[in-house]
Formats: sequence, C-alpha cells, structure tokens
Amino acid sequence: MLIKSKDSMFIPSSEITPKSVYVNRRQFLKGSAALGGLALAGGVLTELAFPPLAEAGTKIDGVTKSPLSTTGEAQTPLKDISSYNNYYEFSTDKYEPAKLAQNFKTRPWKVTIDGQVKKKLTLDSDEILKLGPPEERVYRHRCVEGWSMVMPWIGFPLSVLINKAEPLPKAKYVEFTTLLDPGQMPGQRIGVLDWPYTEGLRMDEAMHPLALLCFGLYGEVLPNQNGAPLRVILPWKYGFKSAKGIVRVSFTEHEPPTAWNKAAPNEYGFYSNVNPTVDHPRWSQAKERRIGEFLKRPTLMFNGYGDQVASLYAGMDLKKNF
Amino acid sequence: MIRWFKVVVFVACLVPLGMLGWRALHSDLGANPLEVITHTTGDWTLRCLVFTLAVTPLRQITKLYWLIKFRRMLGLYAFFYGSLHFTTYLWFDKFFDWNEIVKDIGKRPFITVGFGALVIMVPLALTSTAGMIRWLGKKWQMLHRLVYASAIAGVIHYYWLVKADVRKPLFYGVLVGVLLLYRCVSWGVRRLPAFQGRTLRPVKSPAESEVL
Repeated sequence: MLIKSKDSMFIPSSEITPKSVYVNRRQFLKGSAALGGLALAGGVLTELAFPPLAEAGTKIDGVTKSPLSTTGEAQTPLKDISSYNNYYEFSTDKYEPAKLAQNFKTRPWKVTIDGQVKKKLTLDSDEILKLGPPEERVYRHRCVEGWSMVMPWIGFPLSVLINKAEPLPKAKYVEFTTLLDPGQMPGQRIGVLDWPYTEGLRMDEAMHPLALLCFGLYGEVLPNQNGAPLRVILPWKYGFKSAKGIVRVSFTEHEPPTAWNKAAPNEYGFYSNVNPTVDHPRWSQAKERRIGEFLKRPTLMFNGYGDQVASLYAGMDLKKNF
Repeated sequence: MIRWFKVVVFVACLVPLGMLGWRALHSDLGANPLEVITHTTGDWTLRCLVFTLAVTPLRQITKLYWLIKFRRMLGLYAFFYGSLHFTTYLWFDKFFDWNEIVKDIGKRPFITVGFGALVIMVPLALTSTAGMIRWLGKKWQMLHRLVYASAIAGVIHYYWLVKADVRKPLFYGVLVGVLLLYRCVSWGVRRLPAFQGRTLRPVKSPAESEVL
C-alpha cells in the first residue's frame, strides 16, 4: 500500500521494537512456535471436545417449514422433550439419559449403508446432513407406554437417504442399527434388551413422505438424549420404532428382527402402528397422556396420520399385524 | 424413650409424602408428574411392607424385643401409601370412570393382583387396634399372616407392570423372599426335638405388646 499521508511517516517511539526482542529473535521464534504448537494442540483438543456445528444446541441454518407439519397442536416444551427420554442404552429411568448422555460423542460419526444396495457406503454424518435441505416437521409422538408429545423435529425425508443408497430390487425392508458402545452407554452393560438396538420398516413405509431422517429439534442440533446425531422419526408408529443414534442402514430381503419384538413378541409387533383398538396385552391403548396435560385424551388411529398412511396397510388385519 | 422413637419413625414415614408435596409445589416432578406420584407411592407401599415384615426377624436376631412396638405403625403406613397409590390411579388415571376401572381390574392381571394386595390390607388395618387384638385373640395372629400374601401380591404387581427392566421388582422379591424364608426356617427350627418342651413363656403376646 502506498503511503498516503505525511502522518504515516511518523512512527512513535513506542513502536520501536525493543532491542532485547529483536536480538533474542531466535528464542522469540522458538517460543512462538512452542506457544503456537500448544495453541494448535489446545485448539484440536477443544475441537474434539466441542466440535463445531455438532454440539447439541447449535442452531441449524436454512430450515424451511414443511407443509407436512401437523397443525393445531401445542408443542411440548423443549425442557420436557429433553428431560423425559426412553433411551435404554443409557438408562431405563426416563430422567437419567439427559444426565448420562451429556458427554456422548456425536462426532465423528459414521453410518454404514449396506445389504441389498448397489454399492456398500460408509458416510460421515456431516455428509449425510448435506444430502437435503433441512425442514421443520411438527409431529405427534406417541409412546407405547401411553404418553405423548408434539415435537418440532428438523430433518429431511428418509427417502432422500434411501435414494442415495440405491437399493436393489431384492430390497424389501430397511433395517436400522443403533450404536453399540457400553463404554459410553451404561444401559448396554445390562441385558434388558438385546444390544445393539435394531428396528425396521417395510420399503414402502420407509419411502413414505412422512418418514423423517432427523438431526434437529426446535431449530437446533438434536440433544444427545433425543438420539443425536441421527435418528428416524415415524410419527404414525409407537415411539420405539423411531430408532436413535443410527450407525447402520441395511437393506434386506426379509423382515428384520427388531429389539422390542425380540424382547416380547406378543407385546411389540413389527408394525406397531398406533392403534387405539388394539391393546397392549397388559394395558389399554385407547387413551394417552399428553405431557403437560392433566386429563387423558383419546388416542388417534395411526396417531392421527391415517389420511396419509392408512393406504399402506389396506387389506391387512391390524390385530394380527400389530 | 420408645415413645420418642415412635414419634421419629412416624415423622420419618411421612417424609416421602412430604417430598412429593414439596416437589409438586415447586413444579419439580418432571415431565410426567402423575407417573412419578404413582411410582413413588407404589415404591413406599412395598418398602413399608418390607420394613413391617423385617421387624420380627430383627427382634429375634438383635434381641431388641421392643422393636415390636413399631410394627403396627409400619404396617399401617404400608396401607396408607397403598391407599394413596390406588387413589392416584382411580383419580388421575381413570378419573373415577368406574366402568373403566372395573374393566381394568378384571382384564389386566397386574392391576388385579395389585388391587388384591391392597384389599388384603383393609381387614388388617381395621383390626390393628388394641381392642381388636384382644377381641380376636388367637385368630388375630392367623388373620394377620395375610400380610405375607399382600407383600407377595405387591411384588408380582410390580413385576408384571414393568416393560423390560425387572431388576427393581426382583430386588423387592428377593427381600420379601428372604424375610419369608427366615420365618419358615425359624418355624421349622422351633419344631426340632432339641427345642421341644422348652416353654418360651412371654408375659404378653407379641401383638399385645405393640399397643401396651
């Protein structure tokens, strides 16, 4: 840059480099290098501990509101959604996962896509996030236990990931597998379920516009206890079908075994569509408690999404295929 | 001295209820308060039953015979928490829909057995007074053996309602089992020839000593 004014010719004495500094330049440079090295190490460690964009609570940009969102329902406060979680990988106590999942590592996170696909893929979760623009989907969520919430999830249609996987004609089902890591997930040290957690869908269910690949909640990255970094949301089914912490998406020819069905085949079926007329063997499914409400409300067929999904099950005996 | 202890135990048994009330006032019962209330009252029903059943074995092992004075209070607290637990179900789960309640009790085994456990405690509570103990005499002891049935039914109720994690119900099951086993063993021991002919003549029956 050319010197523009006379003023810039004037250098104050305070700016003169002290002799001791320029004489000890070598030490200075060594010191800086050491300091720089420390800073770099510190930065790397900090990055590992607090990775950018992955930390729960980080805002997700560019979210559009989906026309498929459910309207006319009060959304459950984030405080309740993130403190009341059935995430047996951490604990069977619903209030514990929020505490136990605090230091859960969601980066780096690899998802394997295999089975009946053109080519086996291993994608980083960040790559997966770039596959589609994030949408906000407000959905009802009904637990098989008889409570429910309404959450504004962030994600994109599961069909986007499935199309990326290029499944072969033999692929009739999709199987999801959750992380197996008893070191980070204390609940997996107990055999309350057969770990790792697996879930599955028929291909047409997985390709349905309502099926969501989810990575956010309330405009921010999904809290760890809600299934970060990646989960699926199937609003017309009981909540346990919406697998959390997914590390593998497999395309299969035959109906895959699922965790809860293995635990109690007469209580948790493969389909597990929300159905007030089909009771759980031990309790009624006709009513539910919406978290935050005092009175119980009647449960809706397919959790109120019958218009969109009933055709998937036309002609099926829903008492047999529960 | 014992009277002082009794006051302490009486207050201590109210602490779980007090804590629930405190948390309710401060909106600190979490996302599903009614579930917490149901589970807490249920837990304390079982715990009080376990404490009640533990009195006699403890007496015999520690020879602190005055412990008997706490047995009635603990038993009544089991009935108290059981009643709160049942009221929570009737009121906040079923909203006094008697049609639904009767159907539930008939159709859902875990509710049938839980209801049974509470029903058993009713005659026990009603005959817990000094007058009743004297009036029933020997029959009192026989009637109050029903507390074992109530404890067992309570454990089964818990076991049948959990989705998959059976650790807590099994834990209570083991406690109740051990306490019952103790009684079986001591009953058997008393019938051994070595112990026959020995009269352990108490001044008053254990039941009477509770209230006098």
